[in-house]
Amino acid sequence: MPIDKVKATPRLGWQSLRGHPTALIALAVFLLIVLLCLLGPLFASQSFADGDLSIGATPPSANHWFGTDTLGRDLWVRTLYGGRISIAVGFAASLVALGVGLLYGMIAGYAGGRLDAWMMRFVDVLYALPFIIIVILLTVILGRSLLLLFIAIGLVEWLTMARIVRGEVRRLKQQAFVEAARACGAKVPRIFLRHLLPNLLAPVIVYTTLTIPAVMLLESVLSFLGLGVQPPMSSWGSLIKEGAERLDVYPWMLLFPALFFATTLLTLNFLGDALRDILDPRGNDGA
Amino acid sequence: MRQLLLRRLAQAIPTIWVIATLTFVLLRLAPGGPFDEEVEVPDEIRAQMAAHYGLDQPLPLQYLRFLGNLLRGDLGPSFKYPGWNVHELIAQGIPVSLELGLLAMIVAFALGIPAGIIAALCHRRIGDSAVMLFALLGICLPSFVLAPLLLLVFSSWLGWFQPLGWSTAGDRVLPMLTLGLFYAAYIARLSRSGMLEVLQQDYIRTARAKGASEHRVILIHATRTALYPVVTFLGPAFAGVISGSFVIETIFFLPGLGTQFVNAALNRDYTMVMGTVLFYAALILAFNLLADLIQAWLQPKTRDANR
Amino acid sequence: MSVRFLLTALFALCLLTSGCSQRERPVDTAVRDGILLVGNGTEPATLDPHLAVGVTEHEILRALFEGLVTRDGRDLSVRPAVAQSWTISDDGKIYTFTLDPNARWSNGDPVTASDFLFSFERMLNPRLGSSYAKMLHPLAGAAAYNRGENTDFSRVGVRVIDPLTLELRLHKPLAYFLDLLAHGAWYPVHPPSVLAAGDRYDRLSRWTRPGKLVGNGPFQLSEWRLNALVEVTRNPHFREAEATRLNAIRFFPIASMDTEERAFRSGFLHLTHTIPPHRIDWYQNNRADAIHFDTYLGTYYYTLNVRQPPLNDPRVRRALAMSIDRQAIVDTILRAGQKPAFHFTPPMTAGYTSPYQQTFDPQGARKLLAEAGFANGTGFPEVEVLFNTSESHREIAVAIQQMWRRELGIRVRLHNEEWKVYLDSRRAGRFEILRAGWIGDYNDPSTFLELFTRASGNNPSGWSHDDYEKWLAAARASRDPDERKLLFGKAETLLLQEAPVIPLYFYVRSTLIDERVRGRHPNVLDFHPWQAIYFATEGSDEP
Repeated sequence: MPIDKVKATPRLGWQSLRGHPTALIALAVFLLIVLLCLLGPLFASQSFADGDLSIGATPPSANHWFGTDTLGRDLWVRTLYGGRISIAVGFAASLVALGVGLLYGMIAGYAGGRLDAWMMRFVDVLYALPFIIIVILLTVILGRSLLLLFIAIGLVEWLTMARIVRGEVRRLKQQAFVEAARACGAKVPRIFLRHLLPNLLAPVIVYTTLTIPAVMLLESVLSFLGLGVQPPMSSWGSLIKEGAERLDVYPWMLLFPALFFATTLLTLNFLGDALRDILDPRGNDGA
Repeated sequence: MRQLLLRRLAQAIPTIWVIATLTFVLLRLAPGGPFDEEVEVPDEIRAQMAAHYGLDQPLPLQYLRFLGNLLRGDLGPSFKYPGWNVHELIAQGIPVSLELGLLAMIVAFALGIPAGIIAALCHRRIGDSAVMLFALLGICLPSFVLAPLLLLVFSSWLGWFQPLGWSTAGDRVLPMLTLGLFYAAYIARLSRSGMLEVLQQDYIRTARAKGASEHRVILIHATRTALYPVVTFLGPAFAGVISGSFVIETIFFLPGLGTQFVNAALNRDYTMVMGTVLFYAALILAFNLLADLIQAWLQPKTRDANR
Repeated sequence: MSVRFLLTALFALCLLTSGCSQRERPVDTAVRDGILLVGNGTEPATLDPHLAVGVTEHEILRALFEGLVTRDGRDLSVRPAVAQSWTISDDGKIYTFTLDPNARWSNGDPVTASDFLFSFERMLNPRLGSSYAKMLHPLAGAAAYNRGENTDFSRVGVRVIDPLTLELRLHKPLAYFLDLLAHGAWYPVHPPSVLAAGDRYDRLSRWTRPGKLVGNGPFQLSEWRLNALVEVTRNPHFREAEATRLNAIRFFPIASMDTEERAFRSGFLHLTHTIPPHRIDWYQNNRADAIHFDTYLGTYYYTLNVRQPPLNDPRVRRALAMSIDRQAIVDTILRAGQKPAFHFTPPMTAGYTSPYQQTFDPQGARKLLAEAGFANGTGFPEVEVLFNTSESHREIAVAIQQMWRRELGIRVRLHNEEWKVYLDSRRAGRFEILRAGWIGDYNDPSTFLELFTRASGNNPSGWSHDDYEKWLAAARASRDPDERKLLFGKAETLLLQEAPVIPLYFYVRSTLIDERVRGRHPNVLDFHPWQAIYFATEGSDEP
């Protein structure tokens, strides 16, 4: 296999997105959601925390576009505020998982042998430790910051990422172009960056787009254990959880946060796919 | 292959020991103890209960005693459920969790892999988008949303299935779907991307060019490599489903392991947490080993490199 | 596979299964067989009456065991049980019980006075480490024995006079001792079967397993599948076996209230443990006869840590109490007929109602806060409300946070903790404002007011007062009901004025009950003797 087929520096810009109309639409929708979450609350007349206790849960109306929750709080505002938290948590924690998992998996997979064995047993150990107890300990030792939330979530989510990356690296390592690069005397960082990384992107991007929703939902579980977002602040995870419990009585409490959540993930998926195509080391002629 | 197996088994023992030791330490550091109750227990009675379970002894001694018991296969009595041993509590949850887990995985495979392959074959056409949209739905709908939704439609409205229990074959359907669809979505996404990757590789192109019928190419050459990341993901996933799902068990009222795992930690039932963690650790080690073995089989070259 | 084929297949499946769903619902079969299906919250931790602590366990134990006395399900008055009669000495310290010669264990053995001696000794023995042993401390010498300061049980006030006569001696007269005796902590256990299973003080003992457990209640244990079911069947040896109407009771530990409600709606349960608040409207509109709200002897409250500023100032505490609109909380969040609480002891607890009430008076609250130096909330430090994770605790806390911000202009932070962490924080006093609840163990104001004495161990607020101690000590000793009410009234007035506690609402037990269930009467202790329950069947229905 000719080495020069591996594109060294994929170009990423508007140029390359042009061939992907769905990706462009997805990007636009995603940016719209982000902007709404960032700026929307500034123009809202209602606050996310104060509601009219006397009206309770009401269906969507002119006053409350998304209806109100059981405490009479405006769901439109709560959904937008929730988006800030969820998008921030989703991205930050996924990036932690991505960074740690990628590096760890590449080292383990590339080194192989004893180092690989020890590194993977360490991953097994982390898998097995009781997550609830660790989270509870974290809340006590480090207090109640949002930063802690990223750490706790990143901590669990990188494990599978590391295993996937390692598996792929082990497979790629024996392929001709890597062996050739090694034979030519290429340094390890160079092999990582130029030869392995581009070929790892497909599973890594897909798994990252899978991690983001998982992380957003995990956040609502963690707030049960007292970590992270505290009431009256909202997040998509907690809104969806509250809505799911009242599914057949106040369906709008689930519908709107879930709609935002699903739309965001959908756009991220299309973006991820486009990214994968653009970065594909073997060019891009579709299958 | 046999060497790999033996080496991994030898590694398992120190790994389990590290997990047990870390869990022991973490548990004792966690705030709240097994004897904290809503109504405050007087200090002298708290001391009596601690003495009953040997918690009044110095920690190193407790640790050594715990290791000694573990070597003899004795996980000790549960603190929360007097009259029950940890291994009895775990054993009673295994049948349900094992059955549910396997059924869910069958659903996940049966739906996920074909969906992923089909999507990859119609890359950037309507079939692809449809499958991926469906897969995305599976990922967006966590079990705490999917389960009530399925119950609303199939139990409350249509009346096809009972809303809870585990006695008839029909009782399996909704829990199995709730758990399975989530994994199906993951598998579909991962296998699609794996497949896309492979379809663009030279040896497939070569095979195609040589005129081998497309179906054979796809099935034999491509699927093997495409499933690589799927298999890695499945190691922990299998360990996960077999150790039960708290949410699904709670919603469908199933006597599985997931409830035990979560409640043990929430109750600070020290011995029970240790039992569940070790059980899960054994599963993780076993299934990750299995995943590695399958990968070695999928990629004959890895076998040699593994020494 | 075409879409048409799929639709046809679905339709066929639909027909097939709808045919099946015509079969009898479990509740209907069970009514015919005389079996009551009960949703019981969580898995019972144990069926050993000396180790049980929770409501779940006691619901089942009430079917399996019976103490010296019991209560009437209608008015909660003390009724004879194993003891058919008793006498009380003039100084109020010695109770002599005559046991019913017909009282039998479920294996046919007679229940004797020495069985009670064995049981009380086991309960109090420090080796067992029973967390409810404190219930027996009114017996002379019991506390010392329980603490291990005295190892000779003959010095504890329990004496067997003959097989059917038992004498209990108290170290001080106690007005509500008989009420106390009806509690599950005083249930006897069957000595031979406990001893046969091994060491009587071993918490791991298997004597409570089906086939081994020997009880003296109206039912006996027939099946126990963990996290699935506890089944009890009629005990033919029970002293009033002919009065027991049910053949069996099945207890299902359904932890999720939504699942439990679905189970009830689909005909899997006759009786639920609770009902999700958002489902109340539906039942009131569609099955109003099935939904029951019974007042319950319990208070939901916030307790304030009085050790540190600004909550060390009673004016601040009163201002906080006066600016909470309890009626709004009850009406919109809880919605199950709970009563707003402006005093601590639930109204008409054994005939007593607090003479003083906290009020909802935002105007007055602002004035008090200004007096304390925080006019319009300026300079008031941010305080934190701590609660254990739960949907309704969260909603209440959010509502109160809003009220305080609106009425007083103060900022409040909310923090939820997982249950055991919350308990740990409570014990260590690591909180400013704490969510709490208290359920009365017996029908007497002291079960509530004793909470704020120095000896209680359940008062994390750090508040105490010499007068309060004095009045409650006097009430404990007094046997004159009017004098006791007067003393309780003085104490509670002081408590509410000092406000280390902000009562929010009085509990209500909301349950769904199949319309055919009879013989279950609402009462404030949620005490329902199982042997009184029966089904109204067609034709034999009673009004």
